[in-house]
This record gives sequence, C-alpha cells and structure tokens, in this order.
Amino acid sequence: MTAAESMGLAEASNAAIYATMVTLTVAMILFAAYFSSGRSRAASGAASAQVSSNSGSVAVLDRSVPSEVRDPGRRVANVAMSLTWLATGFLTLALVLRGLWAGRVPWGNMYEFSISSAWGVLVVFLAMSTRRDLRWLGLFVVAPALLTLGLAVTVLYTEAAQLVPALKSYWLVIHVSAAIICAGAFTVAASSAGLSLVQSRRVRSGKQWHGPMNSVPSAEKLQTFTSRLIAFSFPLWTFSVIAGAIWAENAWGRYWGWDPKETWALITWLVYAAYLHARSTAGWRGDKASWIAILGLVTFLINYFGVNIFVNSLHSYAGV
Amino acid sequence: MTASPALETQAPPPPLDAAGFWRWVWRQLTSMRTALILLFALAVASIPGSILPQRGNNPLLVDEWLEEQPTVGPILDRLGFFDVFGAPWFAAIYLLLFISLIGCVLPRVGVHWRAMRSQPPVAPKNLSRLQAFHEQTSALPPALVIDNAVEFLRGQRWRVRTGTSDSQVWVSAEKGYLRETGNLVFHLALVLILAAVAIGGLFGWRGNVIVKEGSGFSNTLTQYDAWGGGRLSSADTIPPFAFTLEDFAVEFERREAERGSPRLFEATVEVQRSPGEPIEPDLIEVNYPLTIAGAKIFLVGHGFAPTFIVRDSSGATVLDDAVVFLPQDGNFTSTGVIKVPDSTPQLGFRGIFLPTSAIDDIRGPHSAFPEPDDPSVFLSVWEGDLGLDSGIPQSVYTLKTEAMEQIGLRALIPGQTWDFGQGEIEFTGWQRWASFQIAFDPGKEAALAAAVIATVGLTISLFTRRRRVWVKAQPADNGSTLVRSAGLSKSEAADVSDDVREVLEASEGKARE
Ligand code: HEM
Repeated sequence: MTAAESMGLAEASNAAIYATMVTLTVAMILFAAYFSSGRSRAASGAASAQVSSNSGSVAVLDRSVPSEVRDPGRRVANVAMSLTWLATGFLTLALVLRGLWAGRVPWGNMYEFSISSAWGVLVVFLAMSTRRDLRWLGLFVVAPALLTLGLAVTVLYTEAAQLVPALKSYWLVIHVSAAIICAGAFTVAASSAGLSLVQSRRVRSGKQWHGPMNSVPSAEKLQTFTSRLIAFSFPLWTFSVIAGAIWAENAWGRYWGWDPKETWALITWLVYAAYLHARSTAGWRGDKASWIAILGLVTFLINYFGVNIFVNSLHSYAGV
Repeated sequence: MTASPALETQAPPPPLDAAGFWRWVWRQLTSMRTALILLFALAVASIPGSILPQRGNNPLLVDEWLEEQPTVGPILDRLGFFDVFGAPWFAAIYLLLFISLIGCVLPRVGVHWRAMRSQPPVAPKNLSRLQAFHEQTSALPPALVIDNAVEFLRGQRWRVRTGTSDSQVWVSAEKGYLRETGNLVFHLALVLILAAVAIGGLFGWRGNVIVKEGSGFSNTLTQYDAWGGGRLSSADTIPPFAFTLEDFAVEFERREAERGSPRLFEATVEVQRSPGEPIEPDLIEVNYPLTIAGAKIFLVGHGFAPTFIVRDSSGATVLDDAVVFLPQDGNFTSTGVIKVPDSTPQLGFRGIFLPTSAIDDIRGPHSAFPEPDDPSVFLSVWEGDLGLDSGIPQSVYTLKTEAMEQIGLRALIPGQTWDFGQGEIEFTGWQRWASFQIAFDPGKEAALAAAVIATVGLTISLFTRRRRVWVKAQPADNGSTLVRSAGLSKSEAADVSDDVREVLEASEGKARE
C-alpha cells in the first residue's frame, strides 16, 4: 500500500468516526425528547406491573405494544433507533478502515480500544433491542457511547501504528474482543441499574407517575433486565480474564502476576460475582444489587482509564 | 436447589451452649450473605496491592517508596501492604471464602443428587395463583389431553410425573436441572483453581538472568541474577539446559505516530537442551517462549552494554569488557558502573549511556530515541577503595563511593579515549543484552483445565432456566374437558408463558393428526 493510499484510509476512518458522532448526537437528542415526553408507558406500564405482581414474579419486558405505535413520541424514538443503527454502521466502517490502515485488529492503543468499546455498547444495545422494546433506554446508552467517542477523538487520539510486540498475539484478539462486548454489556447494565434506582425512589416517595420517567419500565423490570445482561456478560468476562491469563503466560512467563491491570480485572470479576449472589440473597436483590451493578462498571472504568494512564503497569498501552 | 436462597431470612441469635454456638457460627459462615460480604472484602483488600508498589513485582520501587516515606512506610510494610497478595490478612479472607464455599456447596451436591433422582413434585391444588395460568376447554377426554401433554413434554426432555386426584388427571413436569449442576460444577472448579495455584506456588520456581550478545547461560542456580522458588521446589528440579545469545534484534517505530514504540524484539539463540545433546539454533520472541523440559524461557527485557578498555598508568590493560547498563526510560537512557578492582589504587566509573545523545537544562544528558543513532557515554571516574573485600555483597549496578574520591568527568563517543591522569579509558562501542525469565509452574495446566471447567459450568448454569409446568384436565358439565395449565420459574426472570402455551397446544394438536 502506498503512503497516499494509507493516508486515504486513515482520513476515511476519521471521517466515519465524525459521521458516527453527528448521527449519534441527533439520535441522542431524539431519545431525550422521547424520554422527556414521558407519556408512552404510563398506561401499559401500570397494567403490566399489575400482571407481574399478580403472578408473584418479575415478568419480562414488554415487546412492542401495537396501541402505542400511534403515539407521536414513539415515532420520534423510532427515528432515533434507526439513526442508532446507522451510526453503528458508520462506526463499524470506521473500525474496519482503521484496521485496514494499520494492517491489524484496531485494538492497539487507548484511542482504538475506546472507539471499539463505544461500538460494543451500541451493538449490545441494538442486539437486545431486536428482542424487546428498549426505546426508553436509548438516551442512557447513546449518551455514554457518544461521550466515549468524544473522549477518544479529543484526548486519546493516536495515529495508527503497529502493535508493540507484547500485544502481537492472537490471544489479544480473543481477550480484547470479549472485553469489548463486556464493556458494552456492563455499560448498558449500569444504565438500567441506575434507572431502576430512580424508579424505586419514585415508588418509595409515593408520588404520582408523571414526568420523563414514565417512558421507563418499573424498577423490578429494570432490575431483571440488568441481571440478564450481567448473567450474559459475567461468563464472557470470566472467559476474557482467562484468555488474558493465557496471553500473560505466553508473554511474561506467568499466568497471573498481580499486575495492577490483572488485579482490577479480578476486582471487577468479584464485584459482578457479588452482584449475582446479591440477586439470590434476601434483602439484597433490589436497590443494593443495582448499586453493585453500577460499582461493577466503576471498577471496569478504573481499570481502563486509571490503570492505563496513571499506574505503572506491564499493560500500559495507552499510547497517549 | 430445593430451597430458594432468596427465602433465607435473618438467622436467629447465637445459642448459648458450645455445640449450638459452633453450629451457629458454621451456619453464618456458609450463608449467602457471608459469601457476598467476603467477595466484597476480597475485592477491597486487593486494591492496595494495585496502588502501592509490590515486592513481588517491583522490589526497587518499594525501597524507593520506603525511603521517601520514612514514617508511614515502615508501618505499611509491617502490615504487609507491600506484599498484599502474600499477606496473612489477605490469605485469611480468601481462605474463609473458600471454606464458606465448600461448606455451602457440598451439602447442595447431596440435595441436588437426590432431587435429580426423585420425581417432580405433585401438582399444586390451585394453579390459578401460579405464573402464566391459562384455562381452555377441549373436546378430547381428559386422559387423552394429559397423554398428549406427556408425550410432548417427554419429547422436550422434561422430567414428568402424572397422577389423578378427584376427577382430575394431571401432569407435573420439571426442566433445567442442569442449572444447579452447572452452578455446583462452577463452585467446585473454583476450589480446583485454588489448588492448582497452590501447587504452582509450592513446587514452581522462576528466575531472571541478563545475557549479553555472544555470552551464554547454563541453567544452574548460581547463574541467575535472581531466583525464587516455592517452599517445596528445589534446585535439583531445574533442567540442565544451556543457551548462547547469538544476536538480539530490535526495532523501534520511527514514524511520527508512536515514535519510539517497540516494534520487534527477537533473540537468536543456540540451545543445548541437556548435556551431550546437539546444539541447535532457535528464536525467542515476545509471546513466543522456548520450552525445555517443562520450563519456559521468556524474553522480558533488553538494553545496552557499552564496551570499554581500561588501562592503568603503566599502560597495562586492566579491563576489557562489555558492561551491562540498565535502561532508565523508554528511550534507553541507561546507567551503569564499571568497577576495576585490579588496578592500584582501585578505579570505579559511574556512567550514563545515551543511544541517541541529547542534552537540555531540565533533564541533563538523556537519550532522544531508543536506537543507537548517535551514542555517547558520560563518565565520572573515582579512585580509592571499591569496598569489595568487606564481605558484604554488592550490586554490580551501584558504586559505593564512601572510600573513594571523584577525579574527573567526561563525555565520550565511540572510539574516543580519555586519559584521566591515573590511567585511561577507551569507549570502544556497544553490544545489546537481553533479559530472560525462566519459569517452571507445574500447576498451570491444571489451573487452565479448572478455569475452563468453571467457565463451562457457569455458562450452563446462567443460561439454563429451571422451571416447572403443570396441566390438569377434568370433565366439564357440558361433556367437554376443562384444561388448566400454569408454570413456575425457579430461576431469575425466566418466562414460563411460552412453555405453558406450547404444552397446551400440544395437548390439543397431537390428537388432530
Ligand atoms: C470464590 C467464591 C465464589 C464465587 C466467585 C462465586 C460465584 C458465583 C456466581 C458467579 C454465581 C452465579 C452463577 C451460577 O448461578 O452458577 C454464583 C451462584 C451461587 N453461589 Fe457462589 N460464588 C462463590 C462462593 C459461594 C459461597 C461461599 C456460597 C455459599 C454461601 C455460594 C453460593 C451460591 C449459590 C447458592 C448460588 C446460586 C444462586 C442462584 O441460583 O441464583 N457461592 N456464585
């Protein structure tokens, strides 16, 4: 590949990132409008809460309810969903172009890992949205994804270059791709856990259902949703840690060396294990479990930002 | 699981007699709440180990830290904060966690075993209070409705029990036992991981050695710069191999983006796997260690060894060697010392080697790029007693100058000779050195196997839904049959309405064929 061609790829990748960000910004505004209109779920939300308490267990989230289609707020949210799909397409393109330019997987430094994580967040959200109505969650998924992209292009941007030798391993591909999906699922789970805390506070305060949170399912449904996401991502995180250990064994001669990065991976793992236990422990299943889900994401972010940038670790690949 | 842990309530206060008290302690220790708290405790206890430097990873940094913090440092040190993962309080937490785990899981193995061999429970009296309750009428007789349902359920691998009560015929079915099986396998595999880690810790060993280009290494304890083994390891278990570092190739990024990032490390070696065997060429790269008799040789670092010739005042050569300098930054500004005990008086040099020389007011002499594009060395020369005869072992990287006097300071480029009065030093060039970690861990295969088993068990457990369905059929007044069905999900958030719908369809649909 000539230098000119490769510069073309780099610029195309960057352009695709900007296209993603513009599209996501519009999607975010529309999701916010839908969220603050807050009308759509009021009726059906109350009805399904009735059903679930009646059956003595938490029911699944609604699939789309036909009568709501007529709601104009709904249409706004539908446009936002389509834009999110489009943005995810742009972002996929950006990652592919970046990978072509660098001649490797696009996970060589913090910039690349950040845009990949934003991709993970969007993909997990969209994948879940094919099976249930997640318009209420859109704002809380698109906003962190956009924030991550913004950080990536402003603070973390690095020209593509080859991998440092320690990162040249197919275990990297396995380890990091699992971690990216986990980043997405943990973020979506923390968003819905946060919403569930707001919902349960509203219920406890005994106020009428009005305002933006009306478009959001009940606290119990949100907790169920959170726990499903974590039940899906916890084995994946386990797998990612194991793949990392195999890689570490190949690179440094030990599969576990209490390097800060490894230690925080374990901390994240322990917190999510605690979450799964909390969901089966009397007195912990509700709000406390939601707090643990948020704490889990916090430990994940500490590992990513804190350890990469501030701590002297074998894993310092920040490139910033 | 038979009793849902969610129903666990606050335990009663401890009884007063001794046996009762210990039983109470055991019940507390093996409760879910304790497991939860211990998991958190372990997470929190790990944090200082990721923030403070640790002896195991970075002993030099620990010493620096202790020097800078003369008051807090020693206290933290006494409490084990510089070796968190070997500290007794850290061990106490994870041992308690594992005792709790075993105490919790073993009884559940028995319970689950019996549950798997017994029949599903009898259908409850009132289905309408259960999940996904549905009622319909059928033209088929009750027995046929239930037969159809049973056939369908068996085909779907439900465990089925049938019966009659009053005028009703019923079927009770349960599915998803694998959830508990997977959960138990997962928890027990965690114990296996701990055991495998312990085996590696007790019998394994690990050593580090720096080898200069053209030099050799043979695997005996005395050749290592650092060696550490578990309590049950011994020097006899070290396989007797040897290798020579023929060449060490390095490349760094020169483009503006990520300039100075490493791109290639490659050690070309000549290996003799055991005495008497032929010598064979091989390569050691990052991520591609060399395995010999269960021990693995990893490439972990590299640096420069500038070469010098030192002559005393009579002109006789007292040193002609490549001296290992240790890199201090990413651009390989390297420091080292040269000790010349064979001259009188003894001579010592402190040096800074710069592969690409640069100098500024803030950093002083430093290297601007990790490749030797413009090498130079800054030397200070000292005269006096090196202190090598005191009997106290000295690091080869530090010069004890208490009994010495500095007599000169000078920068040299390759080929230059400096006459400092009491003799002269010639800077002849440089070589590279590579550092290797040689490790033997007999527990790692078992740890991997246990980790894979744990992950498989976990995945099966989390993706299996444990649930029951019931169908009851009874004659209705008008000659038709009243069919009622409901389900109960025993795992989180599982939805049984699909199961109920399917079994009801089957109870009808099969007969129409
Ligand atoms: C090293 C410590 C432990 C870890 C990492 C751990 C992790 C986990 C995880 C990830 C789950 C959810 C996955 C599944 O259902 O298979 C789980 C479930 C469970 N754990 Fe643990 N655990 C530990 C110790 C314990 C202990 C000490 C107990 C007993 C008090 C315990 C009892 C349970 C029970 C009863 C469940 C099932 C919950 C349910 O079915 O919803 N675990 N554990």
